[in-house]
Amino acid sequence: MNAIYILWLRQLKRYFRAKARIIGSLGQPLLFLIALGFGFGPIYQKAGQGNYLDFITPGIIAMSILFTSVFFGIEIIWDKQFGFLKETLVAPVSRFNIMLGRTLGGATVSTLQGVIVLVLSTIFGFRFHNLAMLPVALLFMFLIALVFTGLGTAIGSKLDDMQGFQLIMNFLIMPLFFLSGALFPLSGLPKALVIVASIDPLSYGIDGIRGALVGASHFNMFVDFGVLGILTVILLALGAYFFSKVQI
Amino acid sequence: MDNNIIQVKNLTKKFKEFIAVNNVSFEVKKNEIFAFLGPNGAGKTTTIKMLTTLLDPTSGEIFLNGFDALKEKNEARKSFGIVFQDPSLDDELTAFENMQFHAVLYNVKTNSLRQKIIELLDFVELQDRKDALVKTFSGGMKRRLEIARGLLHHPKILFLDEPTLGLDPQTRNKIWDYIKNLNKTEGITVFFTTHYMEEAENIAQRVAIIDHGKIVAKETPEQLKKLTKSTSLEKAFLALTGKKIRDEEVTGQDIMRNHRRMWRHR
Ligand SMILES: Nc1ncnc2c1ncn2[C@@H]1O[C@H](COP(=O)(O)OP(=O)(O)OP(=O)(O)O)[C@@H](O)[C@H]1O
Ligand SMILES: [Mg+2]
Repeated sequence: MNAIYILWLRQLKRYFRAKARIIGSLGQPLLFLIALGFGFGPIYQKAGQGNYLDFITPGIIAMSILFTSVFFGIEIIWDKQFGFLKETLVAPVSRFNIMLGRTLGGATVSTLQGVIVLVLSTIFGFRFHNLAMLPVALLFMFLIALVFTGLGTAIGSKLDDMQGFQLIMNFLIMPLFFLSGALFPLSGLPKALVIVASIDPLSYGIDGIRGALVGASHFNMFVDFGVLGILTVILLALGAYFFSKVQI
Repeated sequence: MDNNIIQVKNLTKKFKEFIAVNNVSFEVKKNEIFAFLGPNGAGKTTTIKMLTTLLDPTSGEIFLNGFDALKEKNEARKSFGIVFQDPSLDDELTAFENMQFHAVLYNVKTNSLRQKIIELLDFVELQDRKDALVKTFSGGMKRRLEIARGLLHHPKILFLDEPTLGLDPQTRNKIWDYIKNLNKTEGITVFFTTHYMEEAENIAQRVAIIDHGKIVAKETPEQLKKLTKSTSLEKAFLALTGKKIRDEEVTGQDIMRNHRRMWRHR
């Protein structure tokens, strides 16, 4: 228990100490918020869909959680050779607990990152539909963080060097984001795209946050919660499995 | 048999076609200081990684402190401490926090943990930098911190993979004196690698020499010198392993190592 806690704490300390990194990693979500939110706003409004900034804010929050979480998992590749990971792996602590502490820490940090994006978006005019639902939104954010930290951990544990990294970014992470309904409503789309979006786990996370923050969801918040809950368990198990097989 | 705290039988590690460690067998007695020597790329680190449960062997058996290191990994891990060849500190934590972290992982239960940490930091002369982030340390300071950390809990076996690499002679002597003392007073078995032959000659009670993944000699330094009719262990080492410089194959990890060096030197 103690080991899990200190691994979690370590991630938080690292996060808060790297101020430049926090600011740097906010650049991309901010750019998306401003360029897309204001750029497409008028068209979206004309099409009778309402406020586009309100619509994409949950998507951009999810994006920053997705990227932070996956990067965090992939850091393992580096950590294996030159980092602290070796020190933890030879300690008399079960690999499961190490993975759990690390992952919980990473997921907490990613969620914080999402919260910062949410706060920033209010500056640009994002309006809460119902502030009382904020805890539900936070829950969905944390679930997204867990799912993708688990995924990142599985990938990072499996890869031996950084060469596969570009491949993962372009063929897994980017599609997960762009096909998720982060940037467009899922209703009235070509059938194929709808099917792809309903396979993409991120869609459910975004839908959940949107349901909680904006008051409009495509699937159903209970469905969102169910799907994400199951995926969390599966991906954490997968992450734990591959992590337990890590060779250095 | 019971007297052997490390027992390795027919240990082999293949990376694809390449055989890094080739059917190696040796044993280390309780309370012994044992040097594992060999040229670059001989397979020393790979062997240590297998001994310390970080890497699964292709075949062979390892017993540490009576535990099967391949099956009873957790029990085996409780028996040893290690200082790695590659860096293993958290750069974003302070020296003190790195030590504290180790204490929690190893469940070090001293009522004066803080005191103990400060003592060790003082020993490696880092006490005044204890609250500085490790990323601000020089290479030698990091190495000293890693050694101090390795000494925080007192395991039955201490693995040291080139512990004194990049340290000045003063520090090297000081550290070896401390380790020799630990060996004497607490009976800790020491298994180390080094490229400083005079270190091995002065400190090790027994030496194994590995070359191209195979053990070519296992003797006391005295016997090795006698056997090769050499005046020093260094000469004996050269007589046994030849004068040719080893070219190693470049692995993905080596590439990362180079990238890292480039980043460091900015
Ligand atoms: N993960 C790996 N994949 C492929 N080859 C590897 C891997 N790790 C080590 N090797 C190779 O195995 C051989 C032994 O490497 P090892 O690191 O054990 O040498 P060493 O004796 O510790 O050398 P040094 O004195 O330079 O530290 C080298 O040729 C190395 O390139
Ligand atoms: Mg080595």
